Amino acid sequence: MKYVAPGQPGSIVTVEPRYENFIGGKWLAPVQGKYRTDLSPATAGPITEVAQSTPEDVELALDAAHAAKDGWAEKSAAERAAVLNSIADAVEANKEMLAVAESWENGKPVRETLNADIPLVVDHFRYFAAAARAEEGRSTEIDKDLVAYHFREPLGVIGQIIPFNFPLLMAAWKLAPALAAGNCTVLKPASPTPWSILKLAEVIEDVLPAGVINIVTGPGAEIGKALAANPRIAKIAFTGETVTGRLIMQYAAQNIIPSTVELGGKSPNIFFSDVIASDDEFLDKAVEGLVLYAFNKGEVCTCPSRALIQADIYDEFMSRALDRIKTIRQGNPLDTATQLGPQVSAQQLEKIASYVEIGRNEGAQVLTGGQRAQIGGEFSDGYFFQPTVLKGDNKMRVFQEEIFGPVLAVTTFTDEADALAIANDTLYGLGAGVWTRDGTRAYKMGRAIKAGRVWTNCYHQYPAGAAFGGYKISGIGRENHRMMLDHYSQTKNLLVSYSTKPLGLF
Amino acid sequence: MPQTPARVTATPAAREAITRLRAARGGPVMFIQSGGCCAGSTPMCYPAGEFITGDTDVLLGEIDGCPFYIDQRLDAAWRQDEFILDIEAGQPEGFSLPAGPDLHFVTRSPACLAPAAPPQPFERRDG
Repeated sequence: MKYVAPGQPGSIVTVEPRYENFIGGKWLAPVQGKYRTDLSPATAGPITEVAQSTPEDVELALDAAHAAKDGWAEKSAAERAAVLNSIADAVEANKEMLAVAESWENGKPVRETLNADIPLVVDHFRYFAAAARAEEGRSTEIDKDLVAYHFREPLGVIGQIIPFNFPLLMAAWKLAPALAAGNCTVLKPASPTPWSILKLAEVIEDVLPAGVINIVTGPGAEIGKALAANPRIAKIAFTGETVTGRLIMQYAAQNIIPSTVELGGKSPNIFFSDVIASDDEFLDKAVEGLVLYAFNKGEVCTCPSRALIQADIYDEFMSRALDRIKTIRQGNPLDTATQLGPQVSAQQLEKIASYVEIGRNEGAQVLTGGQRAQIGGEFSDGYFFQPTVLKGDNKMRVFQEEIFGPVLAVTTFTDEADALAIANDTLYGLGAGVWTRDGTRAYKMGRAIKAGRVWTNCYHQYPAGAAFGGYKISGIGRENHRMMLDHYSQTKNLLVSYSTKPLGLF
Repeated sequence: MPQTPARVTATPAAREAITRLRAARGGPVMFIQSGGCCAGSTPMCYPAGEFITGDTDVLLGEIDGCPFYIDQRLDAAWRQDEFILDIEAGQPEGFSLPAGPDLHFVTRSPACLAPAAPPQPFERRDG
């Protein structure tokens, strides 16, 4: 089925002419009164206008968060969990609406937002509601009269900056643990995708205490530093690219606050010969596992953008994979049959095209795709790029740099040692995939790959409860797991003496 | 000025953008080549001194007094001798300053400007 585009008659998504910042439970116009047009990448046409905020707006959001933080921190775990569960319920009740809004603003196919993004948002809030309830402090009997009590206390007000590729899911990954641990937040969405998060705010504003979540939209150059370097935040959490990650860690160092950063990746997806040992369901799954490079148009930090295929099965396995890639349906992201939507912006499209050119110039062989896709009709100006496969060598730039598009770089390896050497020959260490029917090999490879997440006989699954984060320059910290509560709290130790005896020193 | 020959040059449009930025801000800016992910592979432009560079950053050169750096690990992985600073339509990414209204800085490689350039030799791993 095809959903009607937001704002059009009959759409399940209502669109206001303009959206203000969500601050202190209210919709506040930006202080300087500036707005900018928010585009749909499918048509390059406008959706609405969003606030073009300035540092004054960040200060207003911080005022609201600080006003709310003591009340929120004092709530019991049960009360906080109830709010998180209410958020989950509200999102679930508006699943289709949010899925369509997210798809239209980001370009990702609605089949993905309906089946992955929005259900994962719902589950994420429920997971952290449960984690908050199950959280316990520890006490230690140092000796019979001296006891160390450890309490987890909230940090206060958190600054959170998220990327454009999973606007709602990345918001949930940041918001849920911060709130569960008793913090208030100021969130800055990515410049290309501010609107779906404001639709989320509309959905949850009635169940959310004022000021606990505040959302300020605008360009990074204007408000990024105003938030990340602000002495009124107690922690900064960021997902994005490496230079901005470094800058954010510098700001955090200057304020002596913690930071968690989830940065880029160039993830290897490794296929051993035995995947084709039998023509069965598992082989079908492995072929799909390779084609998952096109998931979310390749705009994923963990995109399996380097396929390493054992040389003796290369021809047969790649032939099956290319057949599958040729069946990818590209077009209207609001059509549930569509598998590949437009890239998020014209800039991304340009960048992807230039990388393919770089690959060609390096001698990479274009096995399929390689250029902008012409969809035609109302989508002729959309930012579509053909699903592309480049065959080459791991030393090539297209194997080393993150393209953030539906571009796969494929090469071959001889044996386990060779596969491991190629897999680890990268600056990044966010994700990896290993495909084999040999459990021992899968385990050894998984442990030896220098990456925070090694999908084994699967890829691109992001269940709450499985820790996610980077090795090497892919970042610091983990998300998606109850250990996040540690990232969003600090330890209070009460060291209590139950003895009446003086020390006897003075 | 760098001791070694500059590895970065700028197109006239990029130079004009830098001149405008300098005039508007009353001081120089700096560039850091970004290395990937959502906002990646574009040069980030900050007020001079905003980004603290260290021994692991390589100064590729200066453009009108504005330094251009790349992380040495990226530099080693990319193996790109020359960088050409240019501008394109669209908003900048990350915390980068715009190159003008709805303009952002980009870097190009000479290979991209001259598609007929011969491919670089590589040790092929093909089986």
